[in-house]
Amino acid sequence: MKLYCLSGHPTLPCNVLKFKSTTIMLDCGLDTTSVLNFLPLPLVHSPRLSKLPSWVCKDGTINLEKELKECAGRVFVDSQPEFCLPERELLDLSTIDVILISNYHCMMALPYITEHTGFTGTVYATEPTLQIGRLLMEELVKFMERVPKAQSATCWKNKEIQRMLPGPLKDAVDVWTWKRSYSMQEVNSALSKVQLVGYSQKVELFGAVQVSPLSSGYSLGSSNWIIQSHHEKVAYVSGSSLLTTHPQPMDQSSLKNSDVLILTGLTQMPTANPDGMLGEFCSNLAMTIRAGGNVLVPCYSSGVIYDLLECLYQFIESANLGTTPFYFISPVANSSLEFSQIFAEWLCHNKQSKVYLPEPPFPHAELIQTNKLKHYPSIHGDFSSEFRQPCVVFTGHPSLRFGDVVHFMELWGKSGLNTIIFTEPDFSYLDALAPYQPLAMKCVYCPIDTRLNFHQVSKLLKEVQPLHVVCPEQYTQPPLTQSHRSDLMLELQPPPMPYRRCSVLNLPFRRRYERVYILPELANSLVPSEIKPGVSMATVSAVLHSKDNKHTLQSVPKPPPVPPSKKRKRVMEEPPVVLAPKPLLSGAVPLEAFLATLQKHGITEVKVEETADGHILHLQADDTLIQLEEDGTHIVCDNNEPLRTTLRDLVLRFLQKL
Amino acid sequence: MPEIKVTPLGAGQDVGRSCILVSIGGKNIMLDCGMHMGYNDDRRFPDFSYITQNGRLTEFLDCVIISHFHLDHCGALPFMSEMVGYDGPIYMTHPTKAICPILLEDFRKITVDKKGETNFFTSQMIKDCMKKVVPLNLHQTVQVDDELEIKAYYAGHVLGAAMVQIKVGSESVVYTGDYNMTPDRHLGAAWIDKCRPDILISESTYATTIRDSKRCRERDFLKKVHESIERGGKVLIPVFALGRAQELCILLETFWERMNLKAPIYFSTGLTEKANHYYKLFITWTNQKIRKTFVQRNMFEFKHIKAFDRSYADNPGPMVVFATPGMLHAGQSLQIFKKWAGNEKNMVIMPGYCVQGTIGHKILNGQRKLEMEGRSTLDVKLQVEYMSFSAHADAKGIMQLIRMAEPRNMLLVHGEAVKMEFLKGKIEQEFSIDCHMPANGETATVTTNPSVPVDISLNLLKREMALGGPLPDPKKPRTMHGTLIMKENSLKLVSSEQALKELGLNEHQLRFTCRVQLQDPHSDPDTLNRIYTHLKSVLKGYTIQHLPDGTVMVESIVIKVSSSAEDTSTKVLLLSWSYQVKHFYFYNVISSNTRAVKRLILIAINRQISIVNHD
Repeated sequence: MKLYCLSGHPTLPCNVLKFKSTTIMLDCGLDTTSVLNFLPLPLVHSPRLSKLPSWVCKDGTINLEKELKECAGRVFVDSQPEFCLPERELLDLSTIDVILISNYHCMMALPYITEHTGFTGTVYATEPTLQIGRLLMEELVKFMERVPKAQSATCWKNKEIQRMLPGPLKDAVDVWTWKRSYSMQEVNSALSKVQLVGYSQKVELFGAVQVSPLSSGYSLGSSNWIIQSHHEKVAYVSGSSLLTTHPQPMDQSSLKNSDVLILTGLTQMPTANPDGMLGEFCSNLAMTIRAGGNVLVPCYSSGVIYDLLECLYQFIESANLGTTPFYFISPVANSSLEFSQIFAEWLCHNKQSKVYLPEPPFPHAELIQTNKLKHYPSIHGDFSSEFRQPCVVFTGHPSLRFGDVVHFMELWGKSGLNTIIFTEPDFSYLDALAPYQPLAMKCVYCPIDTRLNFHQVSKLLKEVQPLHVVCPEQYTQPPLTQSHRSDLMLELQPPPMPYRRCSVLNLPFRRRYERVYILPELANSLVPSEIKPGVSMATVSAVLHSKDNKHTLQSVPKPPPVPPSKKRKRVMEEPPVVLAPKPLLSGAVPLEAFLATLQKHGITEVKVEETADGHILHLQADDTLIQLEEDGTHIVCDNNEPLRTTLRDLVLRFLQKL
Repeated sequence: MPEIKVTPLGAGQDVGRSCILVSIGGKNIMLDCGMHMGYNDDRRFPDFSYITQNGRLTEFLDCVIISHFHLDHCGALPFMSEMVGYDGPIYMTHPTKAICPILLEDFRKITVDKKGETNFFTSQMIKDCMKKVVPLNLHQTVQVDDELEIKAYYAGHVLGAAMVQIKVGSESVVYTGDYNMTPDRHLGAAWIDKCRPDILISESTYATTIRDSKRCRERDFLKKVHESIERGGKVLIPVFALGRAQELCILLETFWERMNLKAPIYFSTGLTEKANHYYKLFITWTNQKIRKTFVQRNMFEFKHIKAFDRSYADNPGPMVVFATPGMLHAGQSLQIFKKWAGNEKNMVIMPGYCVQGTIGHKILNGQRKLEMEGRSTLDVKLQVEYMSFSAHADAKGIMQLIRMAEPRNMLLVHGEAVKMEFLKGKIEQEFSIDCHMPANGETATVTTNPSVPVDISLNLLKREMALGGPLPDPKKPRTMHGTLIMKENSLKLVSSEQALKELGLNEHQLRFTCRVQLQDPHSDPDTLNRIYTHLKSVLKGYTIQHLPDGTVMVESIVIKVSSSAEDTSTKVLLLSWSYQVKHFYFYNVISSNTRAVKRLILIAINRQISIVNHD
């Protein structure tokens, strides 16, 4: 069993598991941090961005004035932003049988994998994962297509040139494999390969392996996966949460007793408490509004935003923000809000019981009804006429490189009254803000990452007790910036097996057994004998049938009578008759009883001689020796076949056959 | 032989009070727990005393599963769980769990408040009963206990309707509940995978009907409503608040819009808004088209359909009224019916099946004079139309489901005996499987013949697979041999060698030796060498080894040569083999270069080894 690791990003994993002749891809996360190296894509022409100076190498040898711009000491690529894809050279992607998706954040690379690689398999995901994943992809495509950029910068990727660039561009890896966004057509084609599954549904793959999604508590429809055969069990843990937010709680017990547990998607903010962050979010928001400023919240269109809105729903009145407009701007804002209300089965208990009333599970329905929350597909159109300040705007993309958020950065960045509050943990806020410097607006960083922290995961692992743990190498050492925090890493016995991008791990797995079915006819014909109390055995001779990776044992058919052949064939040509091989023997032959038996069969002249290990019986009439020992019997008999056969049968009477 | 037993307590050769007991692999499961709308006495509920005479059912049932929210499938649930007594799990889908208590409460109100019956379940009992409900998701495998697992499939029929697969070990039963094999305006079609259950328990409401295309029926319905409205008549459509009602509302709503009609459409009060809200929140259970477009336009927000008030019934002019309940046995639909029955311009359209004993059933059978409570009679002058909109599978659909699931046996419930008999014949003829149709209280028994799952050691399996090459040849079955070890509950099939080890047994070697004399002037090692060379050339394909300790091994047969000190040309060949020696032939072991040609034929065939010496 092997694990091919195609992504080095611990929360956006992409691994391929080869297990029992199946090739299973676990998630296909898209590393979007690469877009931080690019200039933002403004929706409205931005004089500031277009006037940025070109970057010129100190010695003047490199001049890529069209491709590289400088802003506040950092260099950015002026081009359509590109993403860092999962590794595509490590193994032939067309051999992948299935892709298991754990949550909508971990499927963003799907079109790159399923299209143009010869992939012919099936993708398994839950319904919310598919629907919301589709929305996030659609949003990404629209963000990019709305502001087409003719230029595609490639010269900077030249190895010689890249070497000369300042960091972080210099250190970016595999830049040649970076790709632009996919098209909506590719998204639709990729998603048409998705087969929906429900939690705890058992999906058979080729009869060899069974996969089953389990609730992971992180987002709507998010799942961990169990990949198992009758005797082996691999648990794949991706983004999981033990906090009570909106999704169904995490199913922990089903992860028990796995041979290997692949652990990914831990919190990216191990030191930030989500509840504390939420409090800070609210108080900063209120403070800014009271002071007459606007609040910008760069966020994804699904996920934590539901919790933020719910929190605000309770907070608005008490903070006296009843008249402040809240705007949610995204091409998929409406769909995301609507979809969140129809997945009752995938919600936590509290929300489920609301649906039984019947009431919408999320209170943002009421915020919309009372006009406190308004959603728009973009800043163009209705929004521009209805827009009132001061206000709170939720919009994407959290990288601040594309989407409507770019416009608000340009609009509000110059005033110290305004505040940008970062809640998404995927991007470093300093990097995100870099192309907007110098900036007057206040920045508040309260990342909310509900995924498991190291403390929770240690406790979880103690409970579910996997034999081996595989995890990204980042989890096996403390974060670089906090190297003294040994509590911010996984410490396990045996130590976890770390992986990085392009690793190929041999998983410590020994398969010993396989399931086989004995057909009733054969089962009835077996004769068990008891070896010791509670343990019996039976010898089985049967025909093995293997079909679709299912094995059955059938009774041996009686051979058809051999038609008498007229031609005499040479003995050599006759194939050996296949008959049951003789069983192994066990036990010992007791001397006295054996002698008595011999006597019964008319063999009386027996001379017994004692040896170190047993006895030698000399049958004097036939010049035959029988050597009886604890673990063996040796019959020395010359040219007397009948006697040998008799003796053999007598000996066998005392022995157990296996 | 293991058996599966199925006993209907209700719905056996009948429609109403569905309640079917299944015994499988030592587990007892109750499928549905419905009431009969044709009766007002004890026959209203299934006869639970069949299960036990002395009270509580908890210890006799492992679980109860409710297929959908119609009262003939869940109406007896609070009675069973709270009044007879059952504390185990009750499984149903989320929409059923949401809607079922509302209908039960409705039913209770009609029975207790309107008819004044006592000794009936209370609101509190409905609540307590619902606390025992465990929600079920589609396709989720729910482990009821270590052995019993259940899985729900989409059934169409009404919002949240499910078919269930019940599985213990390798034995399984599928219960369809009520289902629909053709998608309609708001629901999708039932679907199941090829799960090959031992028994498929199917409803057979429309066992003999093959309904014409849905479009035709819809056009017919619209035409009838339209004609009636045109001539100023009032149209009453008795429905159940959830289900058919929504489909017909969607139908009329679009028709009204297209034809620009002005006549009001009403929906009887109470459930309307709420019912539509359930549809909005459980939109994932509706058909694909509605699901796809719900963000832009929610099909369950009706523009033309307004809430009904009792006073509207006397308004002049045409109108269409949807009123509950659907079989005209009580409530608002019955009240309106009484008001409108006398006018031949009016029309009642029965869009679903009516249980025997209900007014709906009577008028559909052409009865024109009805005896009402208080000995009054009612003359029925209005037009009575029957439109089969009720979403059950027809004969074609039932056959289609059988083809999908490939059951080993068939069992029909929820239908009329005569019609079942007809369908049974058809099924047995087309699929060559047994078809049962037990009456209430009668038990159908099916013997199953499950294979025995065993863990085979991979070594043994791989050895066996390797022998046959990558592709097993069906014409040449290979026989494999192993030892089955039965310990506690585990069954392991291993090679004999491994079995010895695992059982802690010592191996007993049984060997045979025989001596053969031959004349050969060469030295002992030479003789042996010549034998070796010769065997090598003759016995191709066998493992022949010349070992340094002065022995030749042919497979596991050991050959040694010795000679006596006095007569060095008389050699003694020692042949030694073990009991397990593999069968093969020795042929012509000849030292051809020697003058004295002795032919030694050593034949080791199967169970006997014979040495023949020829001069």
